[in-house]
This record gives sequence, structure tokens and C-alpha cells, in this order.
Amino acid sequence: MIYEITIDEKDYRLELARADAGWRCRLNGRDVQLDAVLVQRDVLSILIEGKSYEIKREHTGTDTHLWVGNVGYAAELRDPRSLRGRKGSAADEKGPRRLIAPMPGKVVRVLIGEQQAVEAGQSILVMEAMKMQNELKSPKKGIVQKIVAAEGSNVNAGDVLAIVE
Amino acid sequence: MFKKILIANRGEIAVRVIRACREMGIASVAVYSDVDRASLHVRMADEAYHIGPAAAAESYLNFEKVFDVVKRSGAEAIHPGYGFLSENAKFAQACVDAGVKFIGPTATSIEMMGSKTRARQEMEKAGIPFVPGTSTALDSAEQAARVASEIGYPVMLKAAAGGGGKGMRLVHGPGELTLALASAQSEAERAFGDREVYLEKAIINPRHIEMQVLADEHGNTVYLGERECSIQRRHQKVLEESPSPIVDDDMRQRMGGVAARVAKAAKYTNAGTVEFLVDENKNFYFLEMNTRLQVEHPVTELITGLDLVHLQIRIAAGEKLPFQQEDIRIRGHAIECRIYAEDPENNYFPSPGKITLLLSPSGPGIRVDSGMYEGWTVPIDYDPLLAKLIGYGTDRTQAISRLTRALNEYFVGGIKTNISLFRRILADPDFQGGKLHTGYLDRLLKARPAEEVKGGDAEVAAIAAGVFATLDSLSTTNGNLFSNRENKTISGTATSDWKKAARVEALN
Repeated sequence: MIYEITIDEKDYRLELARADAGWRCRLNGRDVQLDAVLVQRDVLSILIEGKSYEIKREHTGTDTHLWVGNVGYAAELRDPRSLRGRKGSAADEKGPRRLIAPMPGKVVRVLIGEQQAVEAGQSILVMEAMKMQNELKSPKKGIVQKIVAAEGSNVNAGDVLAIVE
Repeated sequence: MFKKILIANRGEIAVRVIRACREMGIASVAVYSDVDRASLHVRMADEAYHIGPAAAAESYLNFEKVFDVVKRSGAEAIHPGYGFLSENAKFAQACVDAGVKFIGPTATSIEMMGSKTRARQEMEKAGIPFVPGTSTALDSAEQAARVASEIGYPVMLKAAAGGGGKGMRLVHGPGELTLALASAQSEAERAFGDREVYLEKAIINPRHIEMQVLADEHGNTVYLGERECSIQRRHQKVLEESPSPIVDDDMRQRMGGVAARVAKAAKYTNAGTVEFLVDENKNFYFLEMNTRLQVEHPVTELITGLDLVHLQIRIAAGEKLPFQQEDIRIRGHAIECRIYAEDPENNYFPSPGKITLLLSPSGPGIRVDSGMYEGWTVPIDYDPLLAKLIGYGTDRTQAISRLTRALNEYFVGGIKTNISLFRRILADPDFQGGKLHTGYLDRLLKARPAEEVKGGDAEVAAIAAGVFATLDSLSTTNGNLFSNRENKTISGTATSDWKKAARVEALN
């Protein structure tokens, strides 16, 4: 399997295969001696050339982080055979964009009505979590097509709150 | 002894009290609001009763609902924990009226200590030291100079009608006094329409040090050593330790003696804490008394070997203190970190949500008092305290190294926590040197954190990303063991979690 992986905006090419004793692994064309075991869900024990690492995987509302020790890395993975590439996602600028809840909480105020124009970065609604309020801003310039979350509704991280086109 | 105790609280402190009940063979009764049905305290208690909606006023603070559960469960006593009803004199009195024992001081003691002015009057009568100064207005520059030289510079001029720093002047020596008095008076006049100014000794870089006291209902009062609580953010304690790096046996004895006198003057019973402001010359001044069990009580438990919750329950049941002051020995050093659901990279904004992964530390000298578990969703409705991590060692250095080691074992995934803040504090030379004051944390947070050495393990992360993806894809043929989300394949490859993440990102 060949993966294109982006860690904190730096790209890596990784070739991985299960072998009889562990794994075959090439990172950016260099052979790496690797052993890996999933010790519990989202926790990987890996040995690289004898050094032991524990990697924790964390999904947040919007992305995936891998923690090596205390350091968290934003990780993105593409399978080159898949049609969905990074270039493709950039084209979404033209299409509808969603406003996603970054944390669970309550929508306390909606500042913009449907079919109204917004600038990129303009506040669309106000969320409250643990008694603190936070304005959520439009991901792009355009028209608010839909307000999905009504005032007073409780939302979870990752929920779509509004759509801007 | 009681057969059944109701715990009128939630979170880690409810769990703490339930554990004590179980150890003492007492049945525990939990109460919970709509959003706490799955909380740890409900899971752990022997009985649990729903008491209403998330809003505390309609559940955890509601007398009637709590007393209704007392009736239904037959509980003989109520432990209030901290916060909520713990320092509510009316509630303590209502317990007496309802014939259920309140595990804490009497309503009279709570009321006295709850009012700053009443507490000050009563404590002045008892000869308790306050920050020295005049409590009446200064008539003239001459009078100001006389008082200032009596109490010693630096002094602080304060507007009697004061607030918000208006009319306040720090005066370092006699040369500055006349001018400072005139400007403080005119500023007070403009701000409050009242030019009265009084004078107090200025405490530069004060420490916040408190003394734990215990008193039974037979007139016996002891102190159990101090806690250094100078590390605070927005007046919220973040890290506490015992003993304080600056308190020696002699100072402890003097502070403890004063604390015991405060407790006696308030006819105090059960566990309480006397807070002091301490200046750079180790002079200490009474601040207030907290009439409850403190969040940070575990550090005292570790260095004294006593269980404060057991003792609270025994005192409430009418038992005498099983020891005297001279039996109390302080041994070793303990430090507590308050783990909050908040985001250090986003101005400590609260970060509730689902805990997707929890790796909890253990090993020598480590105690974790926690109210969370993996899979639990931290509700948005309450205080963001998740757990307390307490490290114990033979001395302060060992306590720090054990805590540092434990913090590196601690992982809370899915929500943000302030765990990284404690790594920073524990590694800070000023902290290690015990150079603390109440402005310490603000100063540390203003300094840019040392850039994390990143990149070294980025390749490891890249390899791990590939391994996770490969295992995710295998799990589709292995009955979905490894992936917790939808698992569709593209071109024979499952990259479920990644794909979903990438999709969300593209839309964001």
C-alpha cells in the first residue's frame, strides 16, 4: 500500500505492507525497520529500529491528530489511487461550505438570516459552552443558504450549523 | 455511625466521598441532573436519584429536591462536597430542621465566615492578624505619614468608597507620600464623589497560603499543616502543594495556632480552611475562612496520612477527634494539579465534549481523583474540573519528578485539557526554586512558551498514520475491531476515519 501523508503540512510518501514478521516499510524511499501493534483502540505501539513509541490517535470535530509522546501532529492521509485529492478539495471554494461546530454546546444567537450575504470571517452565530460564548465565523464570502442549527439548540462537535454558498 | 449518606454533589468530589463511604461500610446515595445520568458518581453510588434539569438552580442547588431524595432513600446525613450547597448557611439550617445531619460546620459558623465584614469584626475581637492599616479616613498628610511610618513602607493608599483600582496609590517611601495622598484623594473624589482615603500596608508579591483545620463537636480543634496555593489564574487555583516551600516548623506552628484560634472564635466544627496572605518577610495576615472541604484537600491527606473525608464523617457522627495536635506529623511533599477541560492554546476556553481516549497515570507516589472515564461526554453545564492529579514524594524534588513522569503518562483525547500547562509550570526554574506569588502564573503565561521541539518525531507520526490506515482497512474483514466509525472502501482501501476527516476539512 502506498500512502501520501501530510504531517503538519509536510508531505511524506509511505510504502507499507504486512510481512511475515511485522511490517515492510519505506518512508520517502528509505527502508525503515518497523514493528507495530495496535494495543488498544486508537493507541499504537511501534518499534522503529529498536526505539519504542506509543502513538495516540485523536479525532476532533474537524481533523485528526497523532500524538507522539506529548507532541500532537496534525495528520492527513491520502491514498493516491483514490480520486479524492487535495487539489479537488481546494475547488470546494466555489461550492457550498459548511460552518461546523468546533465543540459541543448551545447555539445562543443566530446573527445572520438565510439568504443574506456574508463576508469571509463575518460572525454567523454565537455558541455557548461551559458558560462562555464564542462567535463562529463564515468560512467564505457568499450567501447563507441555510441555518441548520436554530437558536437554543444543543449541538455536538462536528455538527453542521450553517451552509454558505 | 451513619448507615447511609447522601452526596449532594457531582464530579470528582462526589466520587471521592462515595469512596470514603464504601471504605467505612456506609451506603452512598447519589443525585443527578438530566445531563449527569451517565456520570461516574451515579455509576459508583449504591443508590442514585434524578433531581431535575441541568441548570444547577433546579437540581443540585434545589433544597426541596435534595430533601425529597433524603426521604426516599432514608439517608441520615448529607455530604455537600465543595461548591453548590456546601457554604449555604440556609441549607445547613434546613438540614437541622429536616432532621438530617449536615456534614460540615453549623449554619451560624458558615454565616459568620460568609460575611467579610462580620468575619473581620469577630476575628479582630479574637486578636487575629489582618493586613495592618487604618480602617478610617486619613485627615491630613501628617497623620498619613505617622501611620505609614508606624506600619512600615511600602504602603497602599485606598479610596474608602473604592473599587477597580481607582484612588489607589502604591507608596514606596515617605518622600512620595504627600503627593500620592493628594492625587489619590482627588481621583477618589472624581471617581466616587468621596475623597476619603485610608492606608494599608502594601503586600508586594503576596503568597496565598492556607491552613487546614479540623474541629470535633466536643471542643477539640487541630491544624493539619498548610497548603501553598499561590499558583492561580483569574483567582482560580491551578496547582497546590504542601508543605509550602517557605513555611518552616516555627512558622507552621504560629500560623496553625492562629488558624485554630480563628476556628474556635467561630465555634467551628468539622473540616475548614483558614486562608492567609503572606508577604515577602513571611508575615501572614488573615484573609478568610472557607467553611467546607477544599478541592485541594488531597495534598494534606498525603503528607499527614489522614483521610479528611473519613474524619468529616466521624466528626459529624459525634465522634471525638482520634488524635491531638502533637500526634500530627508532616512527612514528605505533595503537589496537586487540577486537570480542567479547557484549551491552553485558545485562552483557556472551556472544552467540553466526548472523551474518546483516556490513558490515566499510576505508579509510585501518584494519586488520581477523577470524575471522568473514556466514552463519557463532559457536560457543558458545570465547572470544567475533570480530575486532580496528585504527586507525592520524600521531598519536593521527588514529588515534582514523579508528577512530571505521571503527566507524560496522562492522555485525554477528544477534548482539550490544561495538562500541558503543568509540564510548563513544573519545568519552570522559578517554580522549582519555590519562588511563588499570586502573580506567578500570569507572568509565566505572558512569556512565550518555549517552542515545542517538533519535527523530530514527525516521521514517526507519518509511519503511524499509515499503520492506522492499514489496520483500519484490515478491520473491515475482521469484524470492525479497529475502527469506530463508518468503514467504506475506495479502490479496495478503507481509510474511513481519514476520509471522513478529510471531507470535513475540505468543507470547513
